[in-house]
Amino acid sequence: MLEMLKQPWPWYVAGVIIGLIVPALLILGNKHFGISANLRHACAACFPADIKFFKYDWKKEIWNFFFVAGIIAGAIIAARLIANPNPIVVNPTLASELAGFGITDNSNMLPEELFSWRSLFSLRGLVMLIGGGFLVGFGARYAGGCTSGHAIMGLSDLQWPSLIATIMFMAGGFIMANLILPIILRL
Amino acid sequence: MNTVKETISVQPLSAQVDKDVIDFEVRSLDTMCVNESHKVHPWWYNFKYMPVGILFGIVFVKAEIVSWYRIQEMFRLQNFHMYGVIGTAVVIGIISVWLIKKFNLKTIHGEKIEFHPKKFNKGQIYGGLLFGLGWAITGACPGPLFAQIGTGSLVIAIVVLSAIAGTWTYGYFRERLPH
Repeated sequence: MLEMLKQPWPWYVAGVIIGLIVPALLILGNKHFGISANLRHACAACFPADIKFFKYDWKKEIWNFFFVAGIIAGAIIAARLIANPNPIVVNPTLASELAGFGITDNSNMLPEELFSWRSLFSLRGLVMLIGGGFLVGFGARYAGGCTSGHAIMGLSDLQWPSLIATIMFMAGGFIMANLILPIILRL
Repeated sequence: MNTVKETISVQPLSAQVDKDVIDFEVRSLDTMCVNESHKVHPWWYNFKYMPVGILFGIVFVKAEIVSWYRIQEMFRLQNFHMYGVIGTAVVIGIISVWLIKKFNLKTIHGEKIEFHPKKFNKGQIYGGLLFGLGWAITGACPGPLFAQIGTGSLVIAIVVLSAIAGTWTYGYFRERLPH
């Protein structure tokens, strides 16, 4: 049993559990699944700077901080107690493409060459960590939600603006991964 | 004299209601989680959301949704995994929401479960595209970012801080951006 839990879980198990988070949050307290709102609540709580967008009673949304604290705790549990002892299996085409950029360490979820304190002090790492994070935060709020709020919660409620947002998420991802990222990885 | 007194005593109440309405409107701008629980609970009631988060965090890690490689494979059409995860989650979500509406299910505190229609604006196009660009760089949307920190990649805290900075910058320029 434990050996089975340690293996990577198949997509249908993950998909069912993530899908059930939608009714779980609604039934627990009328909450809509959405993670990126936390980034906004953090702004509202720490540096609202008199910006109207951040002037609201963020304390009414602290349930989401508890939810995110749970995500971090869950990740710690999974990484300490039921971690997969083997390296991540990477599609051979992707692996050889990445090897061309000197990225070969697939012992962790994130390639060490890109996501480490050392890489933060290289141009490539700086662009990816700071630039990537900035785009995620800016884009999610501009779009009015991220993958959880639009692609999962919004689509579950059959909201067509969420479908447009989801299509644009995918379009941006395809453009970045196939056209722009190869240039960044060469830095 | 009496009427004056009345207006004075009524005003604070209506001002409070106005403030709540405005507060709700501001919060509902571009954010999904505006469902108001009209019941007031002590803060520690929020601990009930933690087990849901823990389960979510475990699934994120165990199904490798937090892996940069899985996201790269998704955007290169090299692996069905992420399409399977998101597709299944959406199907389960649609069935769940449909059941909640059909049977008019209540929360565990007996409240009616509410849904708010999303309004279309151009932000979903421009913002969505920018978010997608970032997603393919970091290999993580906001949920997995937090989970990555939990797996021990502490440097991802920098990515989260940058995402908060991005959110703040959006708020700052909001009025001047096309919506």
